[in-house]
Amino acid sequence: MAEGSVPAVWRRYPQRYRLVGSKCETCGEFFFPPRIICPNCRRKGKVVEYQFSGRGVVESYTVVHTPPADMEDQAPYVLAIVRLEEGPMLTAQIVDVDPREVKIGMPVRMVFRRISEDGEDGLINYGYKFAPL
Amino acid sequence: MKSGIVGYGVYIPRFRIRAEEIARVWGKNPEAIKNGLGIREKSVPDVDEDSVTIAVEAARNAIKFAGIDPSKIGVVFIGSESPPYAVKPSATIIAEAIGATPDLMAADFEFACKAGTQAMLAVLGLVESGMVEYGLAIGSDTSQGRPGDALEYTAAAGGAAYIIGKEGVIAEIIDYYSFATDTPDFWRREGKEYPRHGARFTGEPAYFKHIISATRRLLEKTGIGLEDVDYFVFHQPNAKFPLRAAKKLGIPKEKVLPGLLNPVIGNTYSGATPLGLAAVLDIAEPGNLIVATSFGSGAGSDSMLIKVTDEIERKRGNTPKVVDYINRKKYLTYGEYVKHRKKLKFD
Ligand SMILES: [Zn+2]
Repeated sequence: MAEGSVPAVWRRYPQRYRLVGSKCETCGEFFFPPRIICPNCRRKGKVVEYQFSGRGVVESYTVVHTPPADMEDQAPYVLAIVRLEEGPMLTAQIVDVDPREVKIGMPVRMVFRRISEDGEDGLINYGYKFAPL
Repeated sequence: MKSGIVGYGVYIPRFRIRAEEIARVWGKNPEAIKNGLGIREKSVPDVDEDSVTIAVEAARNAIKFAGIDPSKIGVVFIGSESPPYAVKPSATIIAEAIGATPDLMAADFEFACKAGTQAMLAVLGLVESGMVEYGLAIGSDTSQGRPGDALEYTAAAGGAAYIIGKEGVIAEIIDYYSFATDTPDFWRREGKEYPRHGARFTGEPAYFKHIISATRRLLEKTGIGLEDVDYFVFHQPNAKFPLRAAKKLGIPKEKVLPGLLNPVIGNTYSGATPLGLAAVLDIAEPGNLIVATSFGSGAGSDSMLIKVTDEIERKRGNTPKVVDYINRKKYLTYGEYVKHRKKLKFD
């Protein structure tokens, strides 16, 4: 996972650490990653910060055997598309489960884990993954 | 109302390795190990877990138990001897992850295995003085022993988090006693991966002297008799020491066993006494008196007298208990364990 510069990673801490996204109070749509402008309501939209519950279901998944170099020690791992209970979908690792036990439609909840590290002397990137409920 | 615990939460990683699996690899007699240390299996963190991720999971459980808005937390102190960074606080990562930043105090505490209870007492002081409304204290570790060393059988991973405040207290922290001396029983030099210990020096002058002194002096200070206390939690580097300490103090082992987690999860270092206390709070009834005494090498003990309130019955039930985490497990072979603990060096 390409992490980008330290400031770029840092700005995303609220969304990466605890699933802070946004919500349009005009039409009720939720956004993750957060949006500033609602695509449905444009100027009539009122978009506010929203703390997602962290609960969702697995929409689809794949088992990664050949990961990027900064995640090599975690392979094999499950990478899934998770639909949050508020609606938005995101891509995340599924942990605390054997790859063959993952099922489509499986309820999951957000957990806090190490995502990657920028070498032995670089920054440790923390963030959300999902685990069975 | 006296200040005390408003909510608590725990976390233990899912993986375990059995003592006999480690003994097999090193050609040791598994029965001798199990009888000597009293340990059956220990917890092992996943490859993407460390003392910070364990602390965050425990803290999220504690906030849920307390039912408070995390932005009201005015201080986050974490006690650990396995922080992921040599320089950069763990407390700020945790505070950010639970949504308590930016209006708060945050720091990392170090004192071998008693850093967690030290963090609890420091937070208690800030709450009692009125400097903060709520504070979060955590003990969390992913400790390691040198492969083949006796510590390898016990060094484990886990943590517990406590929200301390004056409103909605589920267990009052009635009083405390801290006892510390310069005792060289265990150490690790900067830049070295594994600790060293003074072998036979670890028992009498270190663990027993400090645990027993702090516990006795707390009871003397408060005028509470041993028989008035329902549960005792002692630091548990193995399963034998806490029971021997109880015997020396004249405490029946039935009052110690509910908080003795070492046989099934190992020594979680800074997490050990806070986790043992959590296991007791999970089953305690209003009015119960608990004494929890930590021990940290180097050396010192914090002893706390805790009284469970009616509030506990109203708040419990929404978060996983210690026993839930203990029962959620997957066993590793020694080979898988090595990968998890990154003990193999390829350079
Ligand atoms: Zn809208």
